[in-house]
Amino acid sequence: MEILFYIAAAVSFLATVRVITHVHPVHALLYLVVALIALALIFYLLGAQFAAALEIIIYGGAIMVLFIFVVMLLGPLAVEQERTWMTPHAWVGPSILALVLLGEVGYLIAAGDHTGSVIAETRQKGISIALYGPYIIGVELASMLLLPGLIGAYHLGRRLSREGRGC
Amino acid sequence: MIDWGHTAVTIAVILGSCLTLAGMLIWLERRLLGVWQERYGPNRLGPGGCLQSLADMIKIFTKEDWIPPFADKAVFVITPAIVVITALMSFAVVPIAPQFVVADLNVGVLFFLAMSSLAAYSVIIGGWASNNKFAFLGSLRAIAQLLSYEVFMGLSLMGTVLLAGSFNLSDIVEAQRHQWFVIPQFFGFLCFFMAGLAEAHRTPFDMPEAEAELVAGYHSEYSGMKFGMFFVGEYLSILLLSAMTVILFFGGWHGPWLPPAVWFVLKMFGFIVLIILIRATWPRFRFDQLLTFGWKVVMPLALINLLLTGGIVLWKAGAPEFTMLR
Repeated sequence: MEILFYIAAAVSFLATVRVITHVHPVHALLYLVVALIALALIFYLLGAQFAAALEIIIYGGAIMVLFIFVVMLLGPLAVEQERTWMTPHAWVGPSILALVLLGEVGYLIAAGDHTGSVIAETRQKGISIALYGPYIIGVELASMLLLPGLIGAYHLGRRLSREGRGC
Repeated sequence: MIDWGHTAVTIAVILGSCLTLAGMLIWLERRLLGVWQERYGPNRLGPGGCLQSLADMIKIFTKEDWIPPFADKAVFVITPAIVVITALMSFAVVPIAPQFVVADLNVGVLFFLAMSSLAAYSVIIGGWASNNKFAFLGSLRAIAQLLSYEVFMGLSLMGTVLLAGSFNLSDIVEAQRHQWFVIPQFFGFLCFFMAGLAEAHRTPFDMPEAEAELVAGYHSEYSGMKFGMFFVGEYLSILLLSAMTVILFFGGWHGPWLPPAVWFVLKMFGFIVLIILIRATWPRFRFDQLLTFGWKVVMPLALINLLLTGGIVLWKAGAPEFTMLR
């Protein structure tokens, strides 16, 4: 099983690198989808089947589709624009910060003690009891955050009166 | 220890029969549409014309496989594969008979939903990569339709999951030994079936490929075997929709006298014929009607169904919230 983990990890790493370096926005997003699927596989291998399924349904299936939807509408001009944006000026700063983090990860791998690859098996029931028991405040806060989004979307998409529509 | 031999045989049987059945379905649909429209349909090759799909396949293989010069080549080429792969992957969790399943996942229902949401990519990026206005319009419609109906598809299944107390498809079938879930979950069944038709973009929800408005929608630019893959993918998703309806609401393999697998195939066949009948008799929706219908009718129906089911399950379990009422 260990080899499966390393393959999935490698795929997700390479795909993520392509997300950042690809100039074509739709291709970059497709690579991001691949990275998310690889992540779902890693969750599965770690014993979190429920998280793996949700990773694909919510991130891979719903959120990324919306991202691609918006980016698709940009059309072919987007590639040229992306090229002009991708200057060393833009990527040097974040790269240095990311390198610092990479160094930290390397140090942890070299020095830290390694726990086993299997985390506690989380069943759907256990997750639900945890979410609606001790973490109920978090769930409520998240739903309160989503509610303004819903109301905002309703406000933007509401049907104007017949005179106001002008058609 | 995994029994590799058993798994390999199961995979081979399921893959082989799915692909053959999908091919035969093309002939069956044309034949049945013919019957319902008072004409013959394909009846020349083989008994009753049943080898028609084989002839179609040979023809489609020898056709020119053209990639438009203005298309996004890499994406254009992988898209048809996504349709077929996601549909076939879903069959991995479909239990045809006790122990006759490739992967008896604990999250079988969620796996099915995940695969159907990944299948959306084929339609979306297929239309985009073709770089054709009609195809692009088709994929824009597909995004709105698939995203909307995916939501209710998940919600409508949760009532069944609540009653069975499990996401495992074999457990769900086992829980229907005495009563099919279509009786307590009738509205869940209705929502699921409509959402399934929309996900498979079948009539009356086939706006992404409405030929009267969009040439052939998202696969306008596809030819040869790539078009064939889209075509087979559509029939695979019909098979999958029928199989999932049977498993979740119509008792799966349960039934008297006949062996379990036979019952499963018989019930599945009934739903396939129903889906073809719907295509033969119902006109297409208008696109805004489709979305309004989805969000304003199906969505509340699925939510109310889930709420009532949850309440009844808690009532029966004697939850503390309900003991005051007893």
